[in-house]
Amino acid sequence: MTVINRLSARRRSDEDVVERIPDWMPRNAADWLAMVFMIAIGMLTIMPIIWVVSTSLRTPAESFTVPPEWLPEDLYFGNYLQVFDEIPFVYQMGNSFFVTLSTVVGQLTTATLAGYTFARLYFPGRDMLFWVVLATLMIPYQATLIPLFVIISKVFGLADTLWSLILPALPTAFGTFLLRQYFLQIPVEYEEAAMMDGANQFQIFRRVYLPMVAPGMAILAVLAFNGKWNDFLTPLIFMNTTSRFPITLGINDLQRYMMTGSISVVLAAIVMATLPVVIVYVFGQRYLIEGLMVGGLKG
Amino acid sequence: MASEATLSSGRRNWLPAWLAGDTVQGIRRQRMVLGILFLLPTLIGLILFVLGPIVVAVAMGFMKWNVFRPPEFVALKNFARLFRHDLVGNSFGNTFVMMAMTVGMLEVFAIALALSVHRFARSRLAYFFRTVWFLPVLLSGVSVAVTLSYMFHTDFGVVNYYLGALGIDKVPWLVSSDVVRFSVSLATVWRNLGFTFIIYLGGVSALPQEILEAATVDGARGLKRLWLITLPLLSPTILFATVIDVIRLLQFFDEPYVMTRGGPGDSSRTAVMMVYDTAFANLEFGYASSISVVLFLIILAVTGFQFLLSKRWVFYQ
Repeated sequence: MTVINRLSARRRSDEDVVERIPDWMPRNAADWLAMVFMIAIGMLTIMPIIWVVSTSLRTPAESFTVPPEWLPEDLYFGNYLQVFDEIPFVYQMGNSFFVTLSTVVGQLTTATLAGYTFARLYFPGRDMLFWVVLATLMIPYQATLIPLFVIISKVFGLADTLWSLILPALPTAFGTFLLRQYFLQIPVEYEEAAMMDGANQFQIFRRVYLPMVAPGMAILAVLAFNGKWNDFLTPLIFMNTTSRFPITLGINDLQRYMMTGSISVVLAAIVMATLPVVIVYVFGQRYLIEGLMVGGLKG
Repeated sequence: MASEATLSSGRRNWLPAWLAGDTVQGIRRQRMVLGILFLLPTLIGLILFVLGPIVVAVAMGFMKWNVFRPPEFVALKNFARLFRHDLVGNSFGNTFVMMAMTVGMLEVFAIALALSVHRFARSRLAYFFRTVWFLPVLLSGVSVAVTLSYMFHTDFGVVNYYLGALGIDKVPWLVSSDVVRFSVSLATVWRNLGFTFIIYLGGVSALPQEILEAATVDGARGLKRLWLITLPLLSPTILFATVIDVIRLLQFFDEPYVMTRGGPGDSSRTAVMMVYDTAFANLEFGYASSISVVLFLIILAVTGFQFLLSKRWVFYQ
């Protein structure tokens, strides 16, 4: 132990010496190798995105020319307008917003309530039910799809409505588990203090615990938004009427209409359809990335 | 304090006597009632939309049901049929090949990225790269598939243009049945790398520095240190990420469906695509359920096998 202490003390003084070098500067060959690799992957990641944006701003005649013009000189916004002529874009974006926001609000509600029960409330049989909820995490979604379609259309009569996309997404075993972990991290002393002040159990949940799990709720909100906004298979099965499609199905249609036309129009639609997710990510990214990193530790 | 006043205000006015919070029994009853009420939405939802459907799916696997006629019990006929059905075997094979390629690339690149960026931990540069690599995760599978299928176009695609500039012949990315599985896997890696990377970044940030430093002092450097010290320490995260990725990718649908519709021929048809076509194009709900049940069992078996195998290579401190 003392050996390690002495060694780490020495290392620390080493680092003091090099402290004037900025922390992003490579210091040795391995650092340089890492840097080159990071830049290469960064380029491969960003180039298709730049290509989408720049090609969406090119005239139809130029849309397929190579080499691509990475920074287009003349900005042509006609593709963006044409999207509105080809598909009911406003409706489809509206549908995606309605379905996604309802799902996010619904999941936050059901998951905080259930997560709180599993963390802080008790009734006989609770722990057994927790294992049931955990077990549903292991059931792959695709295996339930056909019966789900039958239940939604025959039992509820909701086929081809936006509710068919929202209702099945409201219960979330993952969200329940996530928020339970957050509730568990809060010291019980807060609860005891509130009880001394005469708060009832609902007030303790609403006023004491709920504000403290906001980071967990933010993670669930961003993941639910991203997942639902980008969902493709469920609406592909449940929806028939074009004006009720979410935008993912709209883009799929648009690609087929544009088989012989201008791909710039399709890319313009992709840019517009992606913006809401990017905006949500910008606001939620701090919680999301930290939260996912911690998730990995529990392996 | 003001907050204390709001917490207790009006309590006695609306709670019935048996729930009053001034006795231990009252508090316990409050907690039980609240617990049951809070759990109901999730529980009813999961029974209706997850547990119920999976039971029905298994039951439907034993029935012949073509939507227009009432379901008819056929015992194991569906399962016997799917084992003889070449297209089913072919689609399961494609799924495995693409899953293996995708997971292989994902894990190697994500670990390398996490270890690389950790060298510059806490700098603005690390933050910048983290954000860039995560961007594709925000795109939908459909958008990615549409975009990359344009870029992978044999004659007009950007990818072949730059390969051509390097003197490499045109690659028939999406039109050759030998290459297509690799192309679709690449597209999937592109969209998912950021997600897998973040999981590994969490694991790498938590590596015990004392052990790594002690190993360096003992002369473990470079690849030797990576192979003998860093990767074993990271192995619990590797297991976690691999299990998640394998489960997700065995249910792979959006990218291959949009990029190729399963073609050319059936060379990129996946298992879930097979379920989808059987149920919603051929309207054979019973047979489609039997295929999805087999896929479910395969996912369970593969996951179980991964955990079993992990006893040999995962190292818990």
